Amino acid sequence: MTNEEIIAALTERKPELVSETGGEWPNFMVAAAEWPGFAAMLRESEDLWFDYLFCLTCVDWKTHLTMVYHLSSTRYRHNIVVKATLDRSAPEIGTVCNIWRTAEFHEREVFEMFGVHFSDHPDLRNLILPDDWVGYPLRKDYDDPVNMIKM
Amino acid sequence: MWSFSKLTDLIHAWLYETFSPAWALALEMVMVGVAAIGLFAMLGLVLVIMERKVSAYMQIRLGPNRVGPKGMLQSLADTLKLLVKEGMTPNGVDRVLFNLAPLVAMIAAMLLLAPIAFAKDFQIWDLNIGVLYITAISSLNVIAILMAGWSSNNKYSLLGAMRSGAQIVSYELSAGLSILTIVVLSGSLQISDIVTSQSNGWWIFKGHIPAIIAFVIFLIAATAETNRAPFDMAEAESELTGGFHTEYSGMKFALFFLAEYINVFVVCAVGATLFLGGWMPLHIGSLDWFNHAMDYIPSSIWFFGKTFFLIFVMMWFRWTFPRLRIDQLLTLEWKYLLPIGMVNILLVTVIAILKWHF
Amino acid sequence: MVEEIGTTDEGDLIINIGPQHPATHGVLHLVITLNGETVRKVEPHLGYIHRSIEKMCESLSYRQFIYSTSRMDYLSSHINNHCCAMTVEKGLQLEVPERAAVIRILMDELTRIASHVLWWGAMAMDIGAFTPFFHAFREREMINDIMEETCGARLTMNYMVPGGVQFDLHPNFHRRVKAFVKQLRNKLPEYDELVTHNAIFKSRTKGVGILSKEDAISYGCSGPTARASGVDCDIRKTYPYEGYEKLQFEQAMSTDGDTYSRYLVRMVEMRQSLSIIEQLIDNIPEGDFQAKTKAVLKLPKGEFYSRVETARGEFGVYIVSEGGTTPYRIKFRSPGFSNLSALDHTVRGQKIGDLVAIMGSFDLVIPDIDR
Repeated sequence: MTNEEIIAALTERKPELVSETGGEWPNFMVAAAEWPGFAAMLRESEDLWFDYLFCLTCVDWKTHLTMVYHLSSTRYRHNIVVKATLDRSAPEIGTVCNIWRTAEFHEREVFEMFGVHFSDHPDLRNLILPDDWVGYPLRKDYDDPVNMIKM
Repeated sequence: MWSFSKLTDLIHAWLYETFSPAWALALEMVMVGVAAIGLFAMLGLVLVIMERKVSAYMQIRLGPNRVGPKGMLQSLADTLKLLVKEGMTPNGVDRVLFNLAPLVAMIAAMLLLAPIAFAKDFQIWDLNIGVLYITAISSLNVIAILMAGWSSNNKYSLLGAMRSGAQIVSYELSAGLSILTIVVLSGSLQISDIVTSQSNGWWIFKGHIPAIIAFVIFLIAATAETNRAPFDMAEAESELTGGFHTEYSGMKFALFFLAEYINVFVVCAVGATLFLGGWMPLHIGSLDWFNHAMDYIPSSIWFFGKTFFLIFVMMWFRWTFPRLRIDQLLTLEWKYLLPIGMVNILLVTVIAILKWHF
Repeated sequence: MVEEIGTTDEGDLIINIGPQHPATHGVLHLVITLNGETVRKVEPHLGYIHRSIEKMCESLSYRQFIYSTSRMDYLSSHINNHCCAMTVEKGLQLEVPERAAVIRILMDELTRIASHVLWWGAMAMDIGAFTPFFHAFREREMINDIMEETCGARLTMNYMVPGGVQFDLHPNFHRRVKAFVKQLRNKLPEYDELVTHNAIFKSRTKGVGILSKEDAISYGCSGPTARASGVDCDIRKTYPYEGYEKLQFEQAMSTDGDTYSRYLVRMVEMRQSLSIIEQLIDNIPEGDFQAKTKAVLKLPKGEFYSRVETARGEFGVYIVSEGGTTPYRIKFRSPGFSNLSALDHTVRGQKIGDLVAIMGSFDLVIPDIDR
């Protein structure tokens, strides 16, 4: 499907979806609470079939956090970007690791680096950082006076 | 053929003339002990440098080439380094067993040198059950490995030791059966008898195809019994880092290392003695001029030549093949080698009874 | 006295593989639960070589940040740099001169071969054969020499710049690449004889560590690891970049999904890369090797993502720009990280020796996983 067709197909199913164009791939904003259901729909729909989660990350916008999911389909070769805005003080979003199992590791990484809590994640522990680490290193206000070199 | 018995008889006679019989015996024992330890050390040095050179040649490298001429003194330098290294005993190990294990390994390896005929009439102890003695003592090696693995208090060591236990116990059977074929053919357990029984041709040629099968099985089983690749399950450095000797360092490690090489030498010497005639030159039936010409090559050269050829073959294995997995290793033994060996020994018995061999 | 050793409640043995272990090829730490020789569970503990490159890149300019990716997957550093350069070019809407594009592909494929050749040696070593490792280095050395002449470095090439490549090709490049292609074409049958057709190697790898197609997709696997399971995911074919669409090559594929097919896929890929090099080496167009760019690059506000096929799989760079001279946020999608997540699933129920073989066939590069 082309980008326009994807946008059309999705807005037909969820008219309230906010889409952005202009980028290489269609962008959608979803509410954090709706995300797991929406993700399951993206994965299961025969015409969309987004079975490959190739990038999962988070961006700290200082006022809020944005989860970014890059999905593609190994069957139709179309791509989509889904974003969800999270509250920075208590970020929480549902896990998608039961839909795309690769998300388990990626979500653990985002959890320790940004402090995003993934509800229903089976094993939400620090993956890269030591277990007793304090702070979320990839947030913009993270400061480590010893190890960080300021330019 | 020149015999060492002249030399040994001379020394023997001189000792008994000069000293009382008890002292003479004691002195003889000391001399043999020193000779054995000297041989032990020499073999270790030679085999290590040989292994390194062979592997370097196979891996398009130069190998050691700095210490001494063409790097020949490298293993001496390495031994010196290991000697002056601190002999560490990690915390939490069973101290007695941990320190005893390398000694047991070395003693087991050294005991094996006793019945080996290095040249004509040059043998430490020509006991009448020489072959049985070798099979019995070589299984002691597994005790050392189990001791080391268990006492190290390290899971890698434990796994390595358990693997080794299963492996050595299994492959003992095949090795024993293939040794037995030659015992059946020659009708004796004594090493000197077995060698003289090959004076008109080596058993590998005289024993038809069953002898060749037995030889191949023996080579495989010997490689497995000495824990060498492709059967180096006990060490398996890419899986278990070092297996049973993970925790060992310095001279204790060197003793294991040495014991391994002595074991390699001994099994190859046994293989050479049983199948390739030991010190017996290449004789062809009644072709007297040929046999006579061959006799001019000293018997010790024949023995060491054959042994080192087999050692080279084992090194060739090691640097060519990947490692088997533990279950495949045991499958190979119990499902293939052992049944083949059993059928083979039946065939050999038939051949021996009907005198079909040459 | 021997103290009690760590076990689970069910009596399984817990063993740390790594962070220092010969089979992990780096500082990967796996906590494995063993029942006898059978692996019950594998739990990776990462971070021993984590440098937070993503955070560092937030304070580096668009010219500088490219080179930090050389230190991620150091065996395909060139291809990583390529991806970063492409992302910046996407943001600047910069056209790369034809000559530069061809040089980039040539370098990418040489890097891929170098990586696969090294992997071939390391994989054989994991399974217990030492000799192939040294034979592999003989060919890898030739590539390193080619790289050294043109790029000035042997491992972390840092040859890509936004808009092209840093220098023109060395005069010896053509001759040396020809000699290398000839050499490797001669030696690949030797590789097959030594390892591919070896009975022990086959018995160690066939039917071991099967990863189904569905699982490969679900775990986000990419590269030869996924292609061995039947996922046609070669970015060079599915989302062609930099002129790969004009080249004749096959996507190396297999359907078995076991360790042996992962091995075979990489062996085929080496031959495919050789054929790509052969197609291009005599047809390097004349012209500029670098597009004209400003000294200080500024990306417009927006988000840019590009993906390439490294030796290990799909590598992606996600740049969030606020319009400044440094990226606001960078995310590197590294193939090793996703492939590693499938390890536990693949290894369960196999023997400890298989764990090493499977890890070898996944071709994990630890700095790529840790970033």
